[in-house]
Amino acid sequence: MAVLTVTTETDAPSRLPYPWRSRAVGLAVALVLPAALLILWWAASDRGWLAAQILPHPLDVYQTLRDMVASGELLYHTAISLRRVLIGFAIGAGFGLALGIAMGLSETVEDYVKPLFLAFAQIPTLGWIPLLMLLVGIGETLKIIIITKGALVPMTLNTFAGIRNVSPRYLEVARALRFSRWQTLRLVIIPASIPFVFTGIRYGLTHAWTSLVGVELLASSEGLGYLLVWGRQMFWLDTVIIAMLAIGIVGFVMDSGLNRTERLIQRWKRNEI
Amino acid sequence: MASKTPTSVRIRRGITLPILLLVLWEVSSRTGLVDPRFLPSLESVAITAKRELLGNDLIFDLLSSLARNLGGFLVGAVLGIAFATVLALSPLAGRLVMPTFNGVKQISLLAWIPLISVWFGFGEQAKIVFVALACFIPVVLNTYDGMRDAPKDLLEVGHALRFNARQRFLRIYLPSAMPAIATGIHLGLIYSWLATVGAEYFLAVGPGIGGLVIAGRERFDMAMVMVGVIILGLVGFTLNRLAATLENHLLRWRPPRTA
Repeated sequence: MAVLTVTTETDAPSRLPYPWRSRAVGLAVALVLPAALLILWWAASDRGWLAAQILPHPLDVYQTLRDMVASGELLYHTAISLRRVLIGFAIGAGFGLALGIAMGLSETVEDYVKPLFLAFAQIPTLGWIPLLMLLVGIGETLKIIIITKGALVPMTLNTFAGIRNVSPRYLEVARALRFSRWQTLRLVIIPASIPFVFTGIRYGLTHAWTSLVGVELLASSEGLGYLLVWGRQMFWLDTVIIAMLAIGIVGFVMDSGLNRTERLIQRWKRNEI
Repeated sequence: MASKTPTSVRIRRGITLPILLLVLWEVSSRTGLVDPRFLPSLESVAITAKRELLGNDLIFDLLSSLARNLGGFLVGAVLGIAFATVLALSPLAGRLVMPTFNGVKQISLLAWIPLISVWFGFGEQAKIVFVALACFIPVVLNTYDGMRDAPKDLLEVGHALRFNARQRFLRIYLPSAMPAIATGIHLGLIYSWLATVGAEYFLAVGPGIGGLVIAGRERFDMAMVMVGVIILGLVGFTLNRLAATLENHLLRWRPPRTA
């Protein structure tokens, strides 16, 4: 149930939008610490307080970054990882949506499927990896299945919660207006559960990305996770650091993009009702 | 959509699919429909479980994993609460550090493993550091939000009563952040178990359930992998339930939340 707990708790409402001036000050303050850390890192490497095997010089990292960008290596591995995530996420989110809708609309389906589903969801994605490695090998299928599983669980649970949380008052209105089943679904249930579905998409994508890193670390010959393992084995810490940054940036871009869309949808929903 | 179906029917429906699956499993492995190397019979899974339990050190593996999990969890939770408290109570510190923290947390947890293994090796120390990091992040986020959301009117009362810093912390900030802290600790417990599994996979030295699973995979022993994976799920489930129960118990004074 970790997925749902996360959903409800970390979604703190966005803070008041500052006017641009205080935002600029905020940004400047926010950059103080990274700048200080960078200077410290630089100085420590320059003076040899840190061995290069522990933390390479920032200039070396920058040089490697430039090489990897110029040779297209970084872009190549990022594209591979992104492609895997998008395929796995599309499958997982599609199935999750269908399963969540089916369980949400029909109590019979819920009774039959939900206990088994929750039992499967209990086992962490990482736990499935060795088991599936024996079944399907370490090829592309393994990665897609693991990512699919990562996206499926939050998507199903949130869609289900969205449909079940439709206010009974709306359903009463729909009954009073003698809506047909299809009308109730189209005009009441779907619009009311869209924000939940969107939360599911956001967490699904985040989980898919995390699962990808896990599976690429364990079994891969391409992708950002592979870059991490390979850099570690070669003791090329600059490569490791660059791969970590790339993983963080991709995760951040996906999450903040969806976060923004989610807020838009929620505002639209508030205005609508 | 109030449930009208009696509980007995719901239970019957709930166990239908699992039982069907088990029967299908048993039939297909008995009749040789599926290669038993890929899908060992229930019996051989049970035998493997017994062998690991009695002959080998399953209990020791489990205890080692749990000890690691709890050790990392405690370090991460204590440091996380202390760190977030400082940041929340000093606005400047919060504005200085939180943006960086939010940036760093974007890096998937598992991506830290290679760097941690360079800095701390493959032994117990590295695993505890990783588990602590996994727990630290949600605890900091939730504690920080909880303290920042301390009711303004209470703070005004505290001001009127001339509370000093310690009183403000003990009587206002801490109690009003308690639910959020509990949530953070709950999440921290879940993440630290995931991290324990991850650490045992990637830093595969020493006893542990994760190591058992990896060893099973290397020996192509599907039954052993299954036993390990089931234990992983059961432990995660138990920890989650324990945390939820504890959370409800500790926060029973809290008025029921109205969404």
